[in-house]
Amino acid sequence: MSLDSKSTAPAHPTPEHGRTSALGSLLKLRELPVVLALVVLVAVTAAINPLFLSEQGIKDLLLNATILMILAVGQTLVIITRNIDLSVGSILGLVAFSTGSLFVAAPNLPIVAVFVLGMLFGAVLGGLNGLLITIAKVPALVITLGTLYIFRGINNAWAGGTQYFAGDRPEAFGNLSVDTALGFPVITLIAVVVVAIVAVYMLGTRPGRDLYAIGSDPDAARLFGIPVTRRVLLAFVVNGLLAGLAGVLYASRFNSVGATTGSGLELDVVAAAVVGGVAIFGGSGTVVGAAIGALLLTTITSALTALRVDKFWQQAIVGILILAAVVIDRIASVRSARKLRIAEARNV
Amino acid sequence: MSDPSASPTAVQPEGHQPESGPPPKGRRMAATPGSTKTAAEAGRKPARSRTGKADTSTVLAVSKGRTGAARMLLGRDAIMIYVLLVVVLYASIVIPRFASPVTVGFLLLDVIPTLLIALPMTLVIISGEIDLSVASIAGLTSALMGVLWQGGMNIALVLVICVLAGLVAGAFNGVLIAYLGLPSLAVTIGTLALFRGLALVVIGDNAVANFPPGLTAFFTSKLGGTGIPTVMIGVVVLIIAFAVVLHFTPFGRGLFALGYSKEAATFVGIDVARSKFLLYLATGTVSALAGIYWTLRYSSARSDNASGLELAVIAAVLLGGVSIFGGKGSIPGVLAGVLLIGTINYALKLDRVSEVVLIIVTGSLLIISVVAPNIASAIRRARHSRQVRSAPLP
Repeated sequence: MSLDSKSTAPAHPTPEHGRTSALGSLLKLRELPVVLALVVLVAVTAAINPLFLSEQGIKDLLLNATILMILAVGQTLVIITRNIDLSVGSILGLVAFSTGSLFVAAPNLPIVAVFVLGMLFGAVLGGLNGLLITIAKVPALVITLGTLYIFRGINNAWAGGTQYFAGDRPEAFGNLSVDTALGFPVITLIAVVVVAIVAVYMLGTRPGRDLYAIGSDPDAARLFGIPVTRRVLLAFVVNGLLAGLAGVLYASRFNSVGATTGSGLELDVVAAAVVGGVAIFGGSGTVVGAAIGALLLTTITSALTALRVDKFWQQAIVGILILAAVVIDRIASVRSARKLRIAEARNV
Repeated sequence: MSDPSASPTAVQPEGHQPESGPPPKGRRMAATPGSTKTAAEAGRKPARSRTGKADTSTVLAVSKGRTGAARMLLGRDAIMIYVLLVVVLYASIVIPRFASPVTVGFLLLDVIPTLLIALPMTLVIISGEIDLSVASIAGLTSALMGVLWQGGMNIALVLVICVLAGLVAGAFNGVLIAYLGLPSLAVTIGTLALFRGLALVVIGDNAVANFPPGLTAFFTSKLGGTGIPTVMIGVVVLIIAFAVVLHFTPFGRGLFALGYSKEAATFVGIDVARSKFLLYLATGTVSALAGIYWTLRYSSARSDNASGLELAVIAAVLLGGVSIFGGKGSIPGVLAGVLLIGTINYALKLDRVSEVVLIIVTGSLLIISVVAPNIASAIRRARHSRQVRSAPLP
């Protein structure tokens, strides 16, 4: 929300905007609740079970969050444009399986090439979604629900009962999720770099800002001269690309990839974005928030295990968290709408 | 609904640059030899309407829609029903053993959960909202049912409590969405996790299977030799009830208005919040019924019962011609959509097509069903604008 008001602020230069202190703008950050929740969660868990913050504990936390983080970043781009992509789980599965079969077919392929191929494959699948949505003008929810089934079906037909295990892949590839650099697992570093790049892109470049404008009001964006079709397509391609990257990393992180890899992941991803403060109707939210949301969701699972809470409560708690995020988002938007109204009234 | 459909109209020429290239050529070619025809048209049109302004409005009205019997026989629902009939006929001829009571029985038994939940889902989507938590409510009911029955409660009481649980779950959604005004997509993603989580809390990873044999037998029993499951009687009653509510009551008409424009609906005097709340009560209750059915049909109460059903239901409803933006759709169309997916899946299974390919069919059907009308209307629009442009100025 804060980003959104920033982008529209120049149209109504209000004196109030200039006077907000650094602390005030920090308190208004949409990511603040989720960061606080994460800090409290980690602190409480660590106080009760010190092993939670051991070196291995932190490494596990980060490893678990990596894939969801990357997916949530891609999903955020799409949601900001007032669309949604439900097919990411299927894209991830398809790319993960193709990575597995690629290593079997061409064992000597450099790992970088595998990453590039996986991301390209994902981008093609995402682009397919984007083309269907932008050219046929059909709502994203419907198209990606359809491609969720189609991609999964292709994955099923291709894989059948085949599964590729970690032994089928070169050791260096699997080591990406074992080795650490600066205390971080390598694949987590990849995720952090992705988050940083996309965050800068969304904050500081014209296409990035355009995505927010499109999500706030597609018609106004079109009238303003923003190439809406191209930008939305871009969001879907990037989302597919990132889902592809997540798929390759999935193949590195987990022992087996098969026909059902990544199924059901799509709602987790949307949930992570929503928890991270991305408004489901577009126009506001940040990729950093979504990444932290993903970290929070996966951390809860580990924390509950560390706290010896009945594991069956995990999903219910995730549900409550999502609802809380939605309510907070609502309160924030109501408050900022009221503030805008008052500011405008004073201005006139 | 009106905005997104209106905006493509405005940008269509720009977006379809490569496509709109050829038409002008074709138009010019058609115009030169057929100049007598355009003259005849020009002679006819002003005769029908005196002023030039009314002329365009009649053209618009013609392209807009049909009335009366033609509308019923050529509408989106009717097309779905034709497609269903063709598929059933084709399957009965081509696939051995398809046309038999056994088919009817298993097909319907398989399709009942989707069919049940699709009814309130149709109303919800027509009113411009969505409910992703339906399958989780069914799972929660199933888990509750298993635990209560295991605990030695009377089965009739168990069933009543389960339906009430569905009602409460629906009311929870309803309060958040209708009265607090939260976006339904986000809320029901939350309750999707919450209700499924509660199901896990209730029953853990146990499964309860020892339901009274009389009851489970009843749920798989057939009506005589027809192969129609006995439960279908109840399902048909529900179908009729929902169809009547949607198509023949002021409440139902109000839902269409709601889907088109909430503001307008409010001004017409529709209690928007109350209508939405009632819809979520209905989805909760019917999802509970589907959960009970699922439990007794497979005589197994587990926390993961019916998981993933929400997307299958929504796919079927959208295939049945309900617009995801709200304001458009009908119960007969949705019935055809649900049965179409069920029939194709069953026929392909009988034809030894591997089960994994089936979801490709479901997905493709869904995409074609939404893309095809858009392409058709784009073509119609292009033809219409060509007509308007080629009409000589008075």
